[in-house]
Amino acid sequence: MVIAPEKQFINSPTDPMLPQPYRIERVRRETHDVFTLELRPANGTPVMQFAPGQFNMLYVFGTGESAISISGDPNDTNRLIHTVRAVGTVTNAMQKLKRGDCIGVRGPFGTPWPIVEAEGSDVVIVTGGIGLAPLRPVIYHVLANREKYGRFALLFGARSPRDLLFARELEQWRGHFDFNVEVTLDTASSDWRGNVGVVTTLIPRTQFDARHTVAMICGPEVMMRFTVQELMKRGLTTDQIFVTMERNMKCAVGFCGHCQYGPHFVCKDGPVFPFDRIAGLFGKREI
Amino acid sequence: MTIQTLEPILAEHPFFKGLSQEDIALLTGCASNVVFKAGEVIRREGDAANEFYVIRQGKVALEIYTPERGQLMLQTVGAGEIFGWSWLIPPYQWRFDARAVELTRALALDGQCLRNKFEANPRLGYELLKRVAHVFAERLLATRLQLLDVYGNRS
Repeated sequence: MVIAPEKQFINSPTDPMLPQPYRIERVRRETHDVFTLELRPANGTPVMQFAPGQFNMLYVFGTGESAISISGDPNDTNRLIHTVRAVGTVTNAMQKLKRGDCIGVRGPFGTPWPIVEAEGSDVVIVTGGIGLAPLRPVIYHVLANREKYGRFALLFGARSPRDLLFARELEQWRGHFDFNVEVTLDTASSDWRGNVGVVTTLIPRTQFDARHTVAMICGPEVMMRFTVQELMKRGLTTDQIFVTMERNMKCAVGFCGHCQYGPHFVCKDGPVFPFDRIAGLFGKREI
Repeated sequence: MTIQTLEPILAEHPFFKGLSQEDIALLTGCASNVVFKAGEVIRREGDAANEFYVIRQGKVALEIYTPERGQLMLQTVGAGEIFGWSWLIPPYQWRFDARAVELTRALALDGQCLRNKFEANPRLGYELLKRVAHVFAERLLATRLQLLDVYGNRS
């Protein structure tokens, strides 16, 4: 099975270097260090369209910019949704913003998940921690177009029950008879009724047809490395596996070179890569 | 009502996949059917390890008690997997608690019976040991990844 990198993605902001003002409509606390922002254009223009997997540069005025994946429904024309983990100067400032505050948005940037190429195949999403956020648009899309896909599985790993992202939605998704949702934690107390162990341990337990499967992975690089190995043990080839890479992105349009990854710029050539394009770089130290 | 032998059940389990009918018949002599209710403690740390279990259905948690954090789940295993290998290694004592998270059906294989058979049939003993070693390796890898705490805050 050969899947070409998807070309038909949205990547044409009018002036990619000019932030558009967006108003915060709602702040939702997801976990102790993760929050979701619902945004609407402050100047009355339509909400930007995006493809699952793309990201925006969010600008906290007076503090700085940060690359944040879009975590909302690609068919939602009313709101632009980002889920953010507060880990640095910009994202910590971002979590102090309130409803009605203004934020700058540049984008959307980057390559999307191969949702069109995956039609007719089983889809397996393997993700951990905040990595579920950039894959949530794929889940919305597949569930809205369920007849176009084969078996659909989400394998999600988190640190502990208090780190479970989108917990309410995970419960809803588990209610779908044609969506296999498996959650595993690194550690839990004995009242937890789900799985405990790393996310890779869920792969041998999951049903999919390896010859006709597209796998999408997002998480820390070491987790992705072992996930790729486990998927290949099940018979997937590198062109059936897609990963999203994270590097320090500044300009987001491939000029500044901050996010260079071997011959690629993650902002422009990624963040979603077919694994066969980066297999030689993956796991290489100091790249 | 016809009594069904455990042989086909053992032969279908992934852990025993590919073994000859003769080997399966030999192992079945050490096997018995067991059912654990949700929440039932199967074995406690320090108990004599006289058996291991092959899970047919359900989920089992391997746990440890710590005075500071209470009962902690270290790992869960489910259908198609095995748990308990202390029957192979002296002093043959369980190192962790095992508790059924949900209704669990399994086969219990008597460790003493297996050890005796393997002494008499080293070829089968070696074959089983390779399979258990594979499970060891997978669990060790998973444990090391867990130790990395990959979702922890790095800032």
